[in-house]
Amino acid sequence: MTSIPILKERESQIWQKGETPFSITCDKHSLAGAISQRACVFCGSRVVLYPIADAVHLVHGPIGCAAYTWDIRGALSSGPELHRLSFSTDLQERDVIFGGEKKLAAVLGELIDRHRPKAAFVYSTCIVGIIGDDVAAVCRKVEREKGIPVLPVHSEGFKGTKKDGYKAACDALFRIIGTGPINDISPQSINILGEFNIGGEAWIIRKYYERMGVQVVSVMTGDGRVDEIRRAHGAALNVVQCSGSMTQLAQMMEEKYGIPHIRVSYFGIEDMSKALYDVAERFPDNPEIMARTREMVREEIAAIRPELAEFRKDLEGKKAAIYVGGAFKAFSLIKALRHLGMRVILAGSQTGNDEDYEMLRDLCDDGTVIVDDANPLELSKYIIEKDADLVIGGVKERPIAYKMGVGFCDHNHERKIPLAGYVGMRNFAEEVHRSVSSPVWRFAPRRGAKLEKTEVTPC
Amino acid sequence: MLLRHTTKDIADRKALTVNPAKTCQPIGAMYASLGVHGCLPHSHGSQGCYAYHRSTLTRHYKEPVMAATSAFTEGASVFGGQANLVQAIDNIFTVYNPEVIAVHTTCLSETIGDDIPQIIAKARSDGKIPEGKYVFHANTPSYVGSHVTGFSNMTKAMVDYFAETNGKKAKTLNLIPGYVEPADMEEVRRLAETMGIQTVMFPDTSRVLNGPMTGKFKMYPDGGVTIDTLKTAGSSMGTVAMGRIASLAAARALDSKCKVPCQIIDLPIGLHGTDAFVDALRRMAGVNVPDRITYERGQMVDLIADMHQYFHGKRVAIAGDPDQVLAMAKFLVSLDMKPVYMVSGTPAGKKYVKSLEEAVKDLGDEVKIQVPGDMYLLHQWIKNDPVDLLIGNTYMKYIAKDEDIPLVRYGFPILDRVGHSYLPSMGYKGGIRMLEKILDALLDRKDRDSSDIDMELVM
Repeated sequence: MTSIPILKERESQIWQKGETPFSITCDKHSLAGAISQRACVFCGSRVVLYPIADAVHLVHGPIGCAAYTWDIRGALSSGPELHRLSFSTDLQERDVIFGGEKKLAAVLGELIDRHRPKAAFVYSTCIVGIIGDDVAAVCRKVEREKGIPVLPVHSEGFKGTKKDGYKAACDALFRIIGTGPINDISPQSINILGEFNIGGEAWIIRKYYERMGVQVVSVMTGDGRVDEIRRAHGAALNVVQCSGSMTQLAQMMEEKYGIPHIRVSYFGIEDMSKALYDVAERFPDNPEIMARTREMVREEIAAIRPELAEFRKDLEGKKAAIYVGGAFKAFSLIKALRHLGMRVILAGSQTGNDEDYEMLRDLCDDGTVIVDDANPLELSKYIIEKDADLVIGGVKERPIAYKMGVGFCDHNHERKIPLAGYVGMRNFAEEVHRSVSSPVWRFAPRRGAKLEKTEVTPC
Repeated sequence: MLLRHTTKDIADRKALTVNPAKTCQPIGAMYASLGVHGCLPHSHGSQGCYAYHRSTLTRHYKEPVMAATSAFTEGASVFGGQANLVQAIDNIFTVYNPEVIAVHTTCLSETIGDDIPQIIAKARSDGKIPEGKYVFHANTPSYVGSHVTGFSNMTKAMVDYFAETNGKKAKTLNLIPGYVEPADMEEVRRLAETMGIQTVMFPDTSRVLNGPMTGKFKMYPDGGVTIDTLKTAGSSMGTVAMGRIASLAAARALDSKCKVPCQIIDLPIGLHGTDAFVDALRRMAGVNVPDRITYERGQMVDLIADMHQYFHGKRVAIAGDPDQVLAMAKFLVSLDMKPVYMVSGTPAGKKYVKSLEEAVKDLGDEVKIQVPGDMYLLHQWIKNDPVDLLIGNTYMKYIAKDEDIPLVRYGFPILDRVGHSYLPSMGYKGGIRMLEKILDALLDRKDRDSSDIDMELVM
């Protein structure tokens, strides 16, 4: 497998720690013809806004874009389920020739009359950018008629990368923020940004903050509600997870409303605790918050520590390859894996920037390969060369890992259990353990014989 | 209730599509391309398209799905995608080294008006296509038809580009299996071989998307029809094309290009469907039906006889692709069941709707058919007058759960169960598998709903 060639233009996007001085190229549009694992602008907007459950999400374009994003992300709602339906203008050839504005207006009207949503998001797809529909104008008109926010999301697929999609989503959210009453909001209050309630994670995080005595004004966008987002400008602090998607919104809110923001991660013990302490520190006038935080963190860690120690016994010395969307998540995963005694032999992301990769370099051990926007051949090359026991990635990486006889943990849309928070760390450890120590790998042609020799049979 | 937003009242919808029973052309083209040996499908459009197609196919088959993209940027969208595609072809052959690249278009490149044959010719004259390698293409605008249309177009492209004739007829029969599972393609070939017939089947995704675990990641699995074999399709003595909507175009093209006579039949699903298939093979190849096949048929009839009282009068709702829905409806009618509601998102034409109506004409005015139609409408019908069984893809599970009706998963995509890629639903063996699935669903429900007194041990 060592003979797998690397595209010349991609050589600068791969770096191995310990060999040469650090340099990696990123933030680069994928090469034509490269098998990237990346997606498009629309995808970025769609995943960010999708969890808002009392809004309708209308995809303006041919059917595909709506079909592929129909309930693909387990973003849970405690109330309405509008977000899990798939609405499309299903553009046809005649619409492409004569324009889709009339159809869009008709569909929006129908949709709003039937479902009485709190807001409507209208996603522009590639074709809309080419035929030149004035989506914003249609939205304005319908907004006036129906009396709810109707927000154009400028997410034409070809107009950049997934990151530009995040930006378009932030722009749409920014238009709703500042339109709700804020008189009853506590001075010790936050917005949770970049948390999408996959497997109920936002509920866990929200509860932590509430136990600390901090009011959560809105979550963007997990289990999201339009009326909460309208009030988001009343919060004292923005706490931003998943740096890629929501930092821009936090910056916009800082500029307009003077709300400061901090970046956090909720994965792993260190990062989870740091997030809570960082928030508590922002409210020095109320020392009880910090006191409660300390106590809570102690309790939560004590509750999971014995189990983690058990998992660690089996996982000590195992090797992991991490390939995720945002680099920020990779940091947390490296730390979390260390807790389990595991080493990271490859770390990569689809969307990391210079700063991210420098941090990644500092975190990694010697010999770790760092990649930006990797393709499956590169991933498989290093997974075999470095003899990984586990791959952490998304939907497209899973079967590649399995084909090679390597365990897998989905840390993306398809995770079914919460991996955030302390309970999430415990779940993560369990899931990693379950996959790495599965007896199935003993039947794998490449690894089986070796595993049989070196390992004690699990009880 | 997940679909609580579905209303019982059926208001007339003019433009809006909710919960589609279809997706867009390119994914069907990608699936067909994977049925060519050593082929890398290439999506000429934005990065998101192919990311979604790969993800969806991966979720359905639980296998790595390789494809490349032109990764359109704003520049490409203004000035045309020629530079991107030529560069992509160069990169792909340099790094990923496939035997053949199958280019399909997207709504974006179609609307811009890229001339793919001209671009391929340019790549060839620039020396970007190595000796002995191939690039072919299909136009698959997302705003026309559905994924089935894309599959059909790509299958026809295989004929247009490769089939050739030297005036002599070989003793082979062409099989065009339609948009079906790899296991089904395997099964129709097995039936033909059992009859002593040599076949040329295209596309053929068996051993591509249902392969074994090997401990290695193989970009080009062993299966798929080779280009050399495809070329011989023009010399075959006849073509059996299964499923009018998916396979007619390729069969017709072969007839007019190489004068290979064709017979179009329904998908060989159920007794009549498979009988027609076997009969077509028998007549075209001039062979007798061997005992082995008569025996398999007899087993299927035996099973139906054993359990016929449980099928009687059961009302069924089907959603899926046109060829599947039609063949399944006929199958169910032959079982004394009542396929009363049927939708397909694919616009399949008046002739198709007529044949579907004809298939269920004896069921009277209970029947409701909508083609193109969506699952929202199907759900509304069910709310007004329920059915005993649902047959369709994974998205039907919402209706199944909300209305508490058993579901047999069938069609594309199936995102939450396995088996469909390994075990056929076509042929007599496949028929027995479908009967087992239908009976399991009905009888499990009967057991569940029985009172303690009525619970039966023997059924």
